[in-house]
Amino acid sequence: MILAKTGNEALAYAMKQINPDVVAAYPITPSTEIVQIFAQYVSDGKVDSEFVAVESEHSAMAACIGSAASGCRTMTATASQGLMLMHEMLFIAGGLRLPIVMPIASRSVSSPLNIHGDHSDSLASRDSGWLQFFCETVQEGYDTLIQCVKIAERTSLPAICAVDGFILSHCMERIETFEDKPVREFIGKYKPNWNLLDIKKPILVGPATMQDYFFEFKRSQIEGMNKALPIIEEVQAEFKQKFGRGYGVIEEYRCEDAEAVVLLMGSACGTMREAVDEMRNQGKKVGMVKLRVFRPLPHQVLAESLAKFKTVAVMDRADTVNAWGGALFTEISSVLYDSPTRPKMLSYVYGLGGKEFSLADAAAVLEQAHAGKKEDLVTYIGVR
Amino acid sequence: MAKLKSWKELPCGAIIDDPTAVLENKTGAWRSQRPCWNAEKCIHCLNCWIFCPDAAVIVKDGKVVGINYDYCKGCGICAEVCPTKVQAITMEEERK
Repeated sequence: MILAKTGNEALAYAMKQINPDVVAAYPITPSTEIVQIFAQYVSDGKVDSEFVAVESEHSAMAACIGSAASGCRTMTATASQGLMLMHEMLFIAGGLRLPIVMPIASRSVSSPLNIHGDHSDSLASRDSGWLQFFCETVQEGYDTLIQCVKIAERTSLPAICAVDGFILSHCMERIETFEDKPVREFIGKYKPNWNLLDIKKPILVGPATMQDYFFEFKRSQIEGMNKALPIIEEVQAEFKQKFGRGYGVIEEYRCEDAEAVVLLMGSACGTMREAVDEMRNQGKKVGMVKLRVFRPLPHQVLAESLAKFKTVAVMDRADTVNAWGGALFTEISSVLYDSPTRPKMLSYVYGLGGKEFSLADAAAVLEQAHAGKKEDLVTYIGVR
Repeated sequence: MAKLKSWKELPCGAIIDDPTAVLENKTGAWRSQRPCWNAEKCIHCLNCWIFCPDAAVIVKDGKVVGINYDYCKGCGICAEVCPTKVQAITMEEERK
């Protein structure tokens, strides 16, 4: 069915179709509507979910952990300060390998206070052991959230599905939705690895470990993330087969004979596509690489894709405050360091606190990438 | 002591599927105060057994018979929940 929906509406609609056992959530701009609309579905009897209205995001994630540990399919939603307040609990969900799924309307982190879109919140959570997906469109957000349930459960890893705050969360788009039945068929029945409440098989959850075992458990968790990529690809292929829409972990846009490419994540990819088309019309060999899966970082896929270009410009919608480039730039540079051919790397930070990223800005980045040089080590786009 | 396992042998999510495994770690060494149980005063209400966050109150045939100092961490909850008039459990310095 074709519907007009904002990002938040589409994500809440996907949650309704997923029909999780438990949703424990606390509202925060710009993801408030996801929780609000879902709570309405609960009140109207459209879902079977138990909705837990908690008193903070820390409690929301704590309740989700308890729920997931009890063998329930569990979801929540948040953004920005809410994700920051969850931070401690994110690591616990990751370490316990609980497949909690969480849509995020990405937003800047205070101070100064700002409610608008950038990737500071999710990137600050990058080491917490959660899968992270960044979406370009509302349609992709809807599709990805449905995929996330299957990926999280198959990998035993929690998953974040990020759409850019306001730019996607509040903007209406024409999206193609599926019927409830095929969505539920696709995600299937949840079979938890273990269940804390199963008195016939008593287990201990969340033990204390000392110097002799903590690192070994972490190593095992790291392996879980290392092995997630083929599972993501498998679920993406199953999704394409069932619904006809396909996504890769990365997407190369007009990269065939490109000499310079721009790599980025999220809604700005749409702007960059237009700019690439304009440059191509002028005969300049440029392209775009969209990164859709940030965790696990598709190391091998990126190395194989990017090593063939002369210049790779990396655009971060979050800053590291003195790592000399955003998280994406430093990680992509690290991926390419041992390549037989190493492209020239250019670092850009853009759109913090929702700052407009225009077609002209995108074109300027492509021009510099095409020239293969710029003056500053890190360029802060549009900053006065 | 059992041979330490490699990370490849560990259960996903650090789940311990044998709950008796905790018996291997004698956590009573953490204690700075020890509960002293008086058999003559005890009325066997089992408050201490219910409230003990571990399983350190030893009960046989419905009656308290002692404290398991291998696992008691000396939190003092048992002494706190022991009825005021009874005071069968008192906390004392561990190094007495």
